[in-house]
Amino acid sequence: MAILTSSIARKVAMALSGLFLVFFLAQHFTINITSVIDPETFNSLSHFMGHNFVVQFIAQPILIIGVIFHFVMGVVLELRNRSARQISYKSFKGNKNSSWASRNMIISGAVILAFLGLHFYDFWFPEIVHKYVESNPLDATRYYPELLHKFESPVRTGLYCLAFVLLALHLWHGFSSSFQSMGWNNKYSKGLRGFTKFYAIFIPLGFIFIALYLHFNQIH
Amino acid sequence: MKLTLKIWRQKNANTKGELKTYPIDGIEGDMSFLEMLDVLNEGLINKGDEPVVFDHDCREGICGACSLQINGEPHGPDRLVTTCQLHMRMFNDGDTIVIEPFRAKAFPVIKDLVVDRSAFDRIQQAGGYISVNTSGNTIDANTIPINKHDADESFEAATCIGCGACVAACKNASAMLFTSAKVSQFALLPQGRIEATERVLNMVAQMDKEGFGNCTNTGACEIECPKGISLENIARMNREYLSASLKG
Repeated sequence: MAILTSSIARKVAMALSGLFLVFFLAQHFTINITSVIDPETFNSLSHFMGHNFVVQFIAQPILIIGVIFHFVMGVVLELRNRSARQISYKSFKGNKNSSWASRNMIISGAVILAFLGLHFYDFWFPEIVHKYVESNPLDATRYYPELLHKFESPVRTGLYCLAFVLLALHLWHGFSSSFQSMGWNNKYSKGLRGFTKFYAIFIPLGFIFIALYLHFNQIH
Repeated sequence: MKLTLKIWRQKNANTKGELKTYPIDGIEGDMSFLEMLDVLNEGLINKGDEPVVFDHDCREGICGACSLQINGEPHGPDRLVTTCQLHMRMFNDGDTIVIEPFRAKAFPVIKDLVVDRSAFDRIQQAGGYISVNTSGNTIDANTIPINKHDADESFEAATCIGCGACVAACKNASAMLFTSAKVSQFALLPQGRIEATERVLNMVAQMDKEGFGNCTNTGACEIECPKGISLENIARMNREYLSASLKG
């Protein structure tokens, strides 16, 4: 069916999966910021997220599928787009007519994917081992100390901050672009674009603040 | 003005091309870019060399025949002009100018700087028209009331000259700005609504079949378009396409 294979259908699929991940990012940030404001709240929210059936066995698999889909579709589109110009220009001044972020979504996306690997290694896999392999008793107070421990290393904290900068660039183009892909371009677009640009800066900057706060908080 | 030209020379579609260097002198700022190439070709012909082949026709920015990627930008460094309207005053004495054909798999090089843009014709033929009964019973278009805003937007979309600069500028060699302009100019008018569903489905299918890339909304096409065709047309085409697909 053309609706599933056409270039526009692929754009829309990319946009929808991206918007889903943007929504998830806001939820993730909301929980993480409580680690700075009130560690006890962070512990309770983390415990809830880690043991709620709906979150664990419905939302989490949907999220993982969403990430994989967005990644695979991104690679498919990149390969198709590269094949559409088999001989490249000797001189091509892309920065005269478009932003670096818009032209290099595959690079920012690849860095974010690598970061996700590190993030899973740091938090998701140890959590799975803790809950399902070692079958440890329930402890709703362990999350904040574990979080602090992860941000002890300046290298890891630096890597997280770098990934968030690339996330900001990815969102800077991707968030507003998703509405254009879905055909949303009207009198409200200017305001919406403003919101997407604000979000693209605010959320990654917030994550950077959390990482740095947790890193420096334990030193002093 | 003394310049160094680096021009893509390619014998035909089956041979490999390369950039060749040509020094040129006596160029004046009031000359158009194509006139500068005419001067170069006169010199080449006088020396018994083969002239550089390039597309041109009206030389007043309305036919869409001229193309050329000039110093990394389609139609050169000026905005809202075609190559034939680009003046040499945009360059400085001693400059090196790199001139290449528009590059896309769907625009194969025919010779030197000339590419085959018939893919655009086939997209247009797939639905870029309205079917009108011309037996004498046709209602005069001027008797059909049309909202001023829609008429203006339709006209703006219709100013697309199909030069291919959007494809050339896009990092993905996408033809969505061209196709969307051709979809929009009819979609906005009552006469075009009758065949709107088939039109957008067929034109997008043909665009994909030709091997153009996917649009990633970089906006390069809008900036480089000599007629200032807006990205809003792409959003409109996406809406039209989704709605047409759901109708079946």
